Order: sequence, then structure tokens, then C-alpha cells
Amino acid sequence: MARIEVPMPQMGESITEGTVSKWLKSVGQSVQRDEPILEISTDKVDAEIPAPTDGTIVSIEVEEGETVEVGTIVAYIDIEGVPSGKSSAPSEAAEPVLETPAPTPPPVEIPDPLVPPASQTVESTAESVDEGSVPTEDGVRPRSTPVVRRIAEEHGVDIALVTGTGHAERVTKQDILSYIEMGKEGEVDPTVAVTSAQSTPAHSEVADLWKTFYGQVQNPEFPVREGDRVEPMDKIRRLTAEHMVVAKRVAPHVHSFIEVDFTAIDRIRKDSKEQWQEQGARVSYTAFVVWAVSRLLPEFPQINGTVAGNNIIYRGRVNIGIAVDLEPGLIVPVIRDADTLSLAGIGMKITDLAGRARSRQLSPDEIQASTFSITNPGVLGTLVGLPIIPKGTAAILGTGAIEKRVVVIEDDVSGTDAMAIRKRGVFALGYDHRLVDGADAARFLAGLKGVLEAFPEDA
Amino acid sequence: MNRAGIVSGQVPLALRCLGEVPYRDALTIQDELVRDRRDGLIPDTLLLLQHPHVITLGSSSDHSHVLASPDQRASLGIELFEAGRGGDVTYHGPGQLVGYPIVALEKGRHDLHRYLRDLEGALIDGLLELGVQGHRLQGLTGVWTSGGKIAAIGVRISSGWITSHGFSLNVAPDLGYFATIVPCGIEGGAITSLDLELGHNVAMTEVENVMAGAVAKRLGRRLFV
Repeated sequence: MARIEVPMPQMGESITEGTVSKWLKSVGQSVQRDEPILEISTDKVDAEIPAPTDGTIVSIEVEEGETVEVGTIVAYIDIEGVPSGKSSAPSEAAEPVLETPAPTPPPVEIPDPLVPPASQTVESTAESVDEGSVPTEDGVRPRSTPVVRRIAEEHGVDIALVTGTGHAERVTKQDILSYIEMGKEGEVDPTVAVTSAQSTPAHSEVADLWKTFYGQVQNPEFPVREGDRVEPMDKIRRLTAEHMVVAKRVAPHVHSFIEVDFTAIDRIRKDSKEQWQEQGARVSYTAFVVWAVSRLLPEFPQINGTVAGNNIIYRGRVNIGIAVDLEPGLIVPVIRDADTLSLAGIGMKITDLAGRARSRQLSPDEIQASTFSITNPGVLGTLVGLPIIPKGTAAILGTGAIEKRVVVIEDDVSGTDAMAIRKRGVFALGYDHRLVDGADAARFLAGLKGVLEAFPEDA
Repeated sequence: MNRAGIVSGQVPLALRCLGEVPYRDALTIQDELVRDRRDGLIPDTLLLLQHPHVITLGSSSDHSHVLASPDQRASLGIELFEAGRGGDVTYHGPGQLVGYPIVALEKGRHDLHRYLRDLEGALIDGLLELGVQGHRLQGLTGVWTSGGKIAAIGVRISSGWITSHGFSLNVAPDLGYFATIVPCGIEGGAITSLDLELGHNVAMTEVENVMAGAVAKRLGRRLFV
């Protein structure tokens, strides 16, 4: 099933969240591209959100009345098996769907303002909100959405028994989940369930803490001279600037270096080239490094962790952020669960993410939740860089230029020293010294060198 | 279509002054114009009009902000409507200039906050031209003078970034009617009007002309009548 995500759209630079005020479509209904499917409200503005594609709404993720951050998925649209005609019924709808009447064709002329109002009145619009709610045995029509009803059905819960805290006593997703949770735990005090649901700090609280504790980022002004050009920073630049200041201000950075020999990797690249080509994979040096790092990180939980308040979070997953140059701009798409992917799989993932990063087609969750980052200044010939550790993580690896160098090696047979030409590159590990000690970093780099120089053939 | 609009490269903005229009009719007109604008049947259009006494509720309205009881409303001849726009409770009535830009915002203007700030900017520009110094209040939407709130804003964006609803400017309303609501949910805020600020009356047509020009300028459009 090809499902297209419908995210809460970015409706303005300073707008970070939106409230779903009304669903105009319900699960199972077919929609056409650009047809409004929901309404959102932010302060002083109501806005219709159009469908990004033709298809059928298969799931609604955010309830009416809920406020979510920009980028949060609010619905999924299935683009396969799109009914050809407007009237054809959705294939998998569990319940009958009321078809909304087609809009009247637009009149060509501007109407006379004195003509009596058309039949489409405010009252009739308000009525349509009830569409899709189910009558219960006692005839009461509690307001609920398909998501809530689906959850209720799965758990055998009568919605009428759930206290609704939403608009007009509507039963929200949180209401029904709390209800089910309470039922599961028997005599647990209901207030406990509420507390635990609220104990996850809202994103905005976290952001405020950063601001009050570390101070808001203020870039000093400088005089403009004749011939200068002044442009406002675009969004990526502004966010990058703020991130870098905060990241550098908070974490005490230390950098350690190691030189890695790529002879073994070059051999594997040559031997596997045809096989990868058949798979459609492009396996760069970076793919090798991601593979090696992702296999090592589980042994170095502090490097795959972060300091959070007075706690240390050791991340349960290995998500590797890869810095991509957008010329201009920088974005860091994330290879999730890199430790579960094969070398060729990582190669394909990098190609896919980098390509979509450059065409600005990444979804927000593809640039989040990285636990370790890799940046590759070497691709442009730089010997090595001292990268800044992205906030919320403990380390970043900078890979320098991989180039032929003359090195002294020991001849295996005779045991004598000899000069050889080898492909080598210098790696820099930047790490948060609050959490990662110098010796940890040294062990990690030595381990990385070991894996890369004796790279397993079957990776 | 006027030549200047094409020569200047600016998108034309048609001005339509409708006089007094019942709120319900204005909703219908806007619905139809939004659809026509999306279908490319009409140019960007600025509707300027006045409403009979009406209280309208925005999507973030708190019903407790309607202070008048249904009986009081009936005796004052005030209707009540759910407006389908953003914002809280607003009163409209005679002596107030209401502006509804039906504009297809171009890509560079796809920003709700920018649109709100543009409308505020237009109102401030227009007020200045009429001799009144208006200003914004940080964190709030609308325009204030030293005497209180003089203009309210509530906006809807339809599919395709087509705007509707807009602003209301107190030219010479009976300010007593504002006592029936908590305007925009801001309790204890004073309400003022253009004639109060100036100390004399200004013709509604003059305010219309000035405001139409100011809105067109802020939205980067060329006004044609």
C-alpha cells in the first residue's frame, strides 16, 4: 500500500505549530489533489489544508482540537487503488461513508451582494461536523473521530462510557487511551494515569529551558559599508546559526585524530563493484565509515548518548546523521538503525537521502533523532576538520581527504622497513568532554581504524 | 484591465465597495469569490463594506466573551455568527469600515504571520495618511492608538493560499455596542475610533479610498477601480 503522509504544513516562518480545527474528510473517503481535507487554526488565522495527492484517506492521526508541531503527520492518504470516479466507494472502509455533496460549480460573474443568501449556510456547515459519528444504544451521539472509534473497537470499549475532555465533550484519542490504560491496571488511581501522560515534557517546555538557561542567541550587529550587499538569513541559515552557537556554547569540545589506511576498503570496492551495480547501490567511502561506526557504537554507549540535565541518556538505537552540503546550506539527514543495515543497504540509503536533501524533499522525521553524526570535509580535499557536535548528541566524526601518501611499512616476509604508497585519510572525532573521556575517544578511534583496515568481506 | 498594472509588473487588485451588507451575505459572497479567484475567473479583489450590527465568533472564540444575553442581543438587533475565520469574538456595525481582501498570495507571501503583519501595516499606513498614529502591540494582532484598539484582524486562508475575511476599522461606530463583547478576548482593553482620535468626522468614502491604496501597497498590488 503506497501511503502518502500529510504533515502539518509550515504556514509561516515564525509558525511552529497548528491546531486541527476541523476534518473536512473522514477515513475511507477519496480525495483529489488540492481538495481541502482539513482546517487548521493558528492565532488569528484559519487555513484549509489541501490534499497533496489523489487517493483515499486511510488514517487520521490528529484529533480535532489537538495542537501539534509543524511537520507532525496528521493523516495518511493511500494512492493505490484510487477510485477512478468520485462516487466509487473506498475498498477497505469498515463503515459506510457519507458522501459530501459536490460543490456547486463556480458562477462566472461576481454575484450581486443583495441577492438572498444561497442554501450553503453556516448552520449547515456546522451540522456536517457530526458526520461519521455513531449512535449508541441509548441514542446519544457522542462526538468522536474515526481514530477514536477504531481504538475503541480494537479494545472493545464503549465510547459512551468514556468521559470526553475535547471540544463539546468530544472523546479525544488521549481520553480513550487513558481509559483503556486505567482499565488495564485495575485499581490504579486514575490520577496516576493522567500524571504519567503529562510527565513527558512538551517540546516547547524543553525549548524554553534551553533559552532561559543558556540565553537566546543574539547575533551582534555590524556596520554596512559602501558596496556591501545585505540579505536576511534564510530559514536553514538562521536555524544552523542558532544551533551552532548553542552547541558550541554548551558542550566542551575536544577533538582527537587518527589516520586510517583504505587499502583493504579499496580492494573490496574493486571486487564488489559489479555486484553492487547489479543491486543498484553506490557504496562510497562514507558508507564504509557509517557501517563501521554503527557496529562500534553499541560498545561505546556514552559516545551514542547525550547529557540531558543531570542525567545521561544512553540511546537505544543507532541513528547516524550525515551532513549534506546543499550549496548553500547544510542539512543532516539521518540513517535510522544503521547498525541493522548491510553495507550496500547503507550505500543506497545515503544516495537516496542525499539526493532528496538536495532536491528539498526530506520529510521532517528524516532529519531528526540522530544519535551520532558524520561530516565529510575531505570530499573537497580538506586534510581534516574540527566539527561542532550537534546539540543533543555526544560526538561527531569528521573524515578528511582520502589520498595517496607515502608511508613506512614493515615488509611481512623480511621484517624490514620499506616505503609504500597507500591511500590514507585523517579522521577527527569531536566529543563532548562532559560525557566522553579522552581515553574512550582513543579506544573508539582505534576500534574504528581496526574495523576499516581489516574490513569484513561480507559486510 | 488597466495598462499601468501590466507595465509595472504588479498584480492588479480590483476594488469593490459594496456599502452595507448583512454578515450572512458577506460570507456567501466571500465563499464564491474565493472559488472564482482559485479558478482564475476574477483578479485579486478587495471588498470594502459595512455590516449591520453583528457579533462574530472566530475559531478560537470563547463564548463567555459574548457578554450580551440572547434577549439583550435581540433588543439591540445584533445577530450572532460563527465566522469561519481565525481569532476571537468581534463586533461589527455601522460606522465601521470592513475590508475583505480576496487575494491569491504568491509563493513569496505564503506566510500567515507576514500576511497579518501586512494588513496591520496597511492599516497603520492608512491611519497615518488620515492623521492618526497607529501601532502594533507585541504578541497581539490588530492596530492600536494611544486611545485604544482601533482595528481588528481575523483571516482565513483557503486551499491555494486564497485569503478571505480581513480587517475592521472603527471609523465612527457607536462604541457602546462594544460593551456587548470582550473584543478579541482581550479583557479590559479600551476601544477607540478614527473620529474620536481626530476629534472630527471623516467621510467613509475618504477612508475607503485611503485604505484601498494602503492595502494594495502593502500587498504589492496595483489598485484599479
